[in-house]
Amino acid sequence: MYIPHTEKERDEMLRVIGIDQIADLFEDLPASHKFPSLNLPDRLTEMETLAELQSLSWMNESSQDLICFLGAGAYQHFIPSAVDSILRRGEFYTAYTPYQPEVSQGTLQAIFDYQSLITALTGMDVSNASHYDGATSTAEAVSMAIAHFRNKRSKVVVSPSLHPHYRETIRTYNHGGILEIVGDEDDADLLRGPESLYSHIDQKTALVIVQYPDFFGHVFDYTKLAEITHQAGSLLAIAVNPLALGLLKTPGDFGADIVTGEGQPLGIPLSFGGPYLGIFATRKEYIRKMAGRLVGETLDNRGQRAYVLTLTAREQHIRRERATSNICSNQALMVLASTIYMSLLGKHGLRQVSELCYHKAHYAAEKINSLKEFHLWSETPFFNEFVIKCPHPVDEINEYLLDYGVLGGYNLGNHYHKLNQHMLIAVTEMNTKDEIDSLVDLLAEVSND
Amino acid sequence: MTEPLLCELSISGRRGVQYPKPDVPVSKIPDTLIREALPMPELSEIDVVRHFTRLSQLNHCIDTGFYPLGSCTMKYNPKINEETARLPGFALTHPFQPIETIQGNLELMYHLQEWLKEIGGFAGVTLQPAAGAHGELTGVLIVRAYHEDRGESKRIKILIPDSAHGTNPATSAMSGMLVKELPSDERGNIDLIALRAECDETLAGLMLTNPNTLGLFDENVSEVIDMVHKAGGLVYGDGANMNALLGIIRPGDIGIDILHYNLHKTFSTPHGGGGPGSGPVGVAAHLVNFLPDPVVIIEEEADDEKPAFYGFARPAKSIGRVKAFHGHYLVMVRAYTYMLMQGASGLRKISEYAVLNANYLLARLRNVYHVPYDRICMHEFVAEGCWDNAPDIHALDIAKRLMDYKFHPPTNYFPLIVHEALMIEPTETESKQVLDLFADTMIKIAQEAHSNPEMLKTAPHHTPVGRLDEVKAAKDLVLCCGVSSI
Repeated sequence: MYIPHTEKERDEMLRVIGIDQIADLFEDLPASHKFPSLNLPDRLTEMETLAELQSLSWMNESSQDLICFLGAGAYQHFIPSAVDSILRRGEFYTAYTPYQPEVSQGTLQAIFDYQSLITALTGMDVSNASHYDGATSTAEAVSMAIAHFRNKRSKVVVSPSLHPHYRETIRTYNHGGILEIVGDEDDADLLRGPESLYSHIDQKTALVIVQYPDFFGHVFDYTKLAEITHQAGSLLAIAVNPLALGLLKTPGDFGADIVTGEGQPLGIPLSFGGPYLGIFATRKEYIRKMAGRLVGETLDNRGQRAYVLTLTAREQHIRRERATSNICSNQALMVLASTIYMSLLGKHGLRQVSELCYHKAHYAAEKINSLKEFHLWSETPFFNEFVIKCPHPVDEINEYLLDYGVLGGYNLGNHYHKLNQHMLIAVTEMNTKDEIDSLVDLLAEVSND
Repeated sequence: MTEPLLCELSISGRRGVQYPKPDVPVSKIPDTLIREALPMPELSEIDVVRHFTRLSQLNHCIDTGFYPLGSCTMKYNPKINEETARLPGFALTHPFQPIETIQGNLELMYHLQEWLKEIGGFAGVTLQPAAGAHGELTGVLIVRAYHEDRGESKRIKILIPDSAHGTNPATSAMSGMLVKELPSDERGNIDLIALRAECDETLAGLMLTNPNTLGLFDENVSEVIDMVHKAGGLVYGDGANMNALLGIIRPGDIGIDILHYNLHKTFSTPHGGGGPGSGPVGVAAHLVNFLPDPVVIIEEEADDEKPAFYGFARPAKSIGRVKAFHGHYLVMVRAYTYMLMQGASGLRKISEYAVLNANYLLARLRNVYHVPYDRICMHEFVAEGCWDNAPDIHALDIAKRLMDYKFHPPTNYFPLIVHEALMIEPTETESKQVLDLFADTMIKIAQEAHSNPEMLKTAPHHTPVGRLDEVKAAKDLVLCCGVSSI
């Protein structure tokens, strides 16, 4: 399939090459293992393939079939039709990395637009062209801090309320075993927020990492954390939910040095976890230690404004083993999705959607908290996610909810033994009042059982 | 041609999306939490659609033209892939849903793991890595964990041939390994004497790109692998060039311990202008326990009454997660769609025709362009973009002139071991007519290089923009709208 050659053409080509048959092309290969018979099914037609994939997709229950209150790092939001309509243009999705700027201005300028929007949204000086996702962009912040201190500082202070997958990814990346990671021990105080980190920050600390809103949905003011971090000469990274920045103070306001985060809420479907978008922004003094692609403005030889990948001397294909990171792609198509999304929503839409999330989540929290056996876990301000203490194991409650077509919140006991029977509930603009009310009714029924 | 930036198109008061009014009571938002300004653009939907549509028209892409990009495998991206990846049952599932509600996703991932195991000759596969370089990182972390588990943490030396991809050294360094470069011999194979000298008790492994970036299958591959294994090292295969090997050779069969696949190269998922990719990693039996968390398993086998029940598992000695959630799932859906349409016979045909196309172009060009390692190539070959009797012309000039003829240039200046390299990979999806037109154009450009070199030096002439001032871009550092200089 997708090979256009006729037999006649193939034979003409073999003649030009000067061989008799295709097998002659593979003479250098070890004969003992050549042309294995693969134990795989026969090919299907397009019609059969579509039917097969459709039937697999029907075995799932999607957020279209269920009422979704699940978040924990991936959120269901409304995506305007124009986003996918533009993403489906072959000129964008079948293009290669824009290494040849003369024939890639579309991709390059879209990335430049993205960099502009992300710097404005986060209050930082510069954004790169993205990493894989929120977890890897946060791990890259560690690499950047280690490189910034030329390996002289190797301690990383990590908030226990940073997404558990991000914390694990940082540990997997590992940097050759030199990292000392503190702050998120099992007995860490989960309710004190950034204050619990202050005592860990010292002259050996390269980087302090917190999340905003944090994994539990909490919104803290990190101004004091930034001061303490900078007094120790260390850097502060804040992993954000970018959609919350339509409403909330920016990491730049707090004095963050690096902003990372998961860009999925900006117009990318849930997609069972990927592909998403790793946001990475920083202050101008750290540009040369930042990994990842970067697009800059310049002129062409006809005097026109144009865009090009710049500061490439930082990257792996030139610096090789001395590069900060090995990354050699970005999430260009996801960058495009989020750029279209942000430009459609703009100043007013972004504020509107983040306020809707805030109001609906607070309505839900208040109603659930008023149930006799469910309690809000903390009084810290939150954005669109909150933690409730439940009277029964979370998985049991979720089973009950699922029977009624409701996808319940995340079971925090999976990652925090102290939070056994605690559920993390996410509410977005997609949840109507009726849906929230029915969740509350179902929870009331559960506690009466 | 200049298309304004979003911030320049913005008109105060315009809107592109309207949301419903809140249907719940409005809560108080503490003033201390709220940001002051939100300096985002204000545009209507038509402004946005026209902006991005006009931008799209400035791109070269597979749907409009040929990309003979060595090492990148720019094959046709089938349209059905875009349909299946958008099926709501896939696209609208949350990564943390209870597993009984996502059996379709898990079954697809399980089958994809099985296909990749069979295609590469491996015992286990992780689908989690987000791209080829991320797969490499996963592979090197597995190498490290394997040696540490055996009490051999002194094994930190990774050997990398000079013909390898640029990511290999950066990946190894990122994992705390020591990088040693290996030279190639005069036939483009790994220099066996140099290899033997490095095979000591600190050897962790060898990163092998085979076929290498010269497009050549290493003629001593069995000896190379054997030497590394005997010294206690592992062999990592860079699978970026798997488009040459489907159904031809299984890397696992010849002793490669670890290999990453590029679903966005070999298995037709789109490059998207630079990503997202997907870089699954296959490993031999002795490394299965080190794979990242999670892998998809069958929890309960199928019987007469019910289908198999799938779940996630963490391998016993797992290196841990390499990213959040389960990998680039919708890229996996596209790749699996492609595989189903190929089947075993179709896979072999892909590589046969990819190699046929490359050798056909090589045969048509070798008398006009010097090919330093001139033997039967695999899916790509490397020519020199220069001539002694046209001293001003460089590979870059040929690359730029090709754009005037609506071709994307080949990869140039890589691999580093060839002077003025032009690395050409046609893929199997290009017809003889396209290859002939490309070869004719390359020959014409070679004539121009001698008769009218200025035409090449000033190319491209017919693209939306001309050659860019890259020095100015790096010096002025204008990296976002409205900020003149950083």
